[in-house]
Amino acid sequence: MDESIRISVKKFNAWYGEKHALKDVDIEIPRNRIVAMIGPSGCGKSTFLRSINRMNDLIEGFKAQGSMLLDDRDIYDKDIDVTKLRRNVGMVFQKPNPFPMTIAENISYGLRINRMFKGKKDMLLQVEKSLIEAGLWEEVKDDLDKSAFELSGGQQQRLCIARALVIRPQVILMDEPTASLDPISTAKIEELIQVLKKEYTIVIVTHNMQQAARVADRTAFFMLGEIVEYGDTAKMFTKPDKKITEDYITGRFG
Amino acid sequence: MERHFDDELNDMKRNILKMATMVDESIAKAIKALVERNPDIAAAVEADDEAIDMLEIEVDMQCLALLARRQPIAIDLRFITSVQKINNDLERIADLAANIAHRAGVLSKNPQLKPQIDIPKMAELVRAMLKDTIAALVEKNTELARTITARDKEVDEFYVHVFREILTYMMEDNGNIKTGIEHILIVKHLERMADHVTNIAEDIVYMVEGKTIRHKFEK
Repeated sequence: MDESIRISVKKFNAWYGEKHALKDVDIEIPRNRIVAMIGPSGCGKSTFLRSINRMNDLIEGFKAQGSMLLDDRDIYDKDIDVTKLRRNVGMVFQKPNPFPMTIAENISYGLRINRMFKGKKDMLLQVEKSLIEAGLWEEVKDDLDKSAFELSGGQQQRLCIARALVIRPQVILMDEPTASLDPISTAKIEELIQVLKKEYTIVIVTHNMQQAARVADRTAFFMLGEIVEYGDTAKMFTKPDKKITEDYITGRFG
Repeated sequence: MERHFDDELNDMKRNILKMATMVDESIAKAIKALVERNPDIAAAVEADDEAIDMLEIEVDMQCLALLARRQPIAIDLRFITSVQKINNDLERIADLAANIAHRAGVLSKNPQLKPQIDIPKMAELVRAMLKDTIAALVEKNTELARTITARDKEVDEFYVHVFREILTYMMEDNGNIKTGIEHILIVKHLERMADHVTNIAEDIVYMVEGKTIRHKFEK
């Protein structure tokens, strides 16, 4: 598999007003890999995730410094088209947030606003493809015109993943994507993530240590806005380099 | 932060220490049975072995339950998987002590080949290795654990030395062959015990440092 770097971050700093939320973050995220971000609440992992598609720009007083390259282009460059960036960097949130539309419309929405289809037939094909990729097609193929809210929580989350996939991003950010799901839905999402990495680069924030251990190829441990340790997940969960990482992941912390 | 999990891990550790103490006593008793030519002590060692077997199963169950319930990672994972192996090695040492006791029982019914000098000395080496290994486990002292490998070589040399000596008795008089073989098997059992103790010491280094030193793998 291609081990080239998709996202390269050097000396990245971020502030919310006076609060220094990310301090000199250096990290390289390889293509077609799953990278998990772990750490206690307020450690900066979500801030970091939301910096990758500039979601933090929407927060007043947010300021970023340093370099964050997506395929050699600086995400924070003045002339970057943020809308285009977000098309390349999709996001899935903690709580499934389908639009108040039908299942099919939820998926085709991105195609329509980005004018990414050639006629109705092509649009339906793309909708189907995304739903297949998200592992939802078999469950909804006869209900495409029903409201998305009729789906279960786990199905809604897979719908949101399909919605992110339809506009063919390069990177998918997931902010605790299974935090509100039951164990079976969680297992389905985790399986899905493994399949998706063949096509996409995935960055996932999780509070669930075992989830990071199960799904991620690499794991970054954040604390107080810094990356304490970043490396191979199997090593991190058997013999982390730093004592503080060991204390945190084994729950001896604080 | 205090974790209830730590109580469970400590409970398991106490069982391992208890088992190590029982195993050490078994070795001591087996050698006593041999030196004193006492079949009653020999029979007691064989009975003790059953209690050690039961404890082995208990520790095994504790490990499995903790793996299933806690999904341990990092030091917790290394500790539990190491305990599983240490548990198994201790049980094997106890089996070897029982084998020695059994042979001591057989020898007590036969004329004495020679006064027992070397075998008790060798057994003391093995017991000292076991004691230090268990101390290394309690103190997480990998420096001490690393000394065990070198001491295993001493035991190996002892084995070769005693083997040759017994061989001379057998060559002198083929009436000595039966008891001679029993002696050789006893020193072989002691030599194997030292190997198991060495395994335990290596597991302790892995548990504490995450480094593999088995099979001359130390980097």
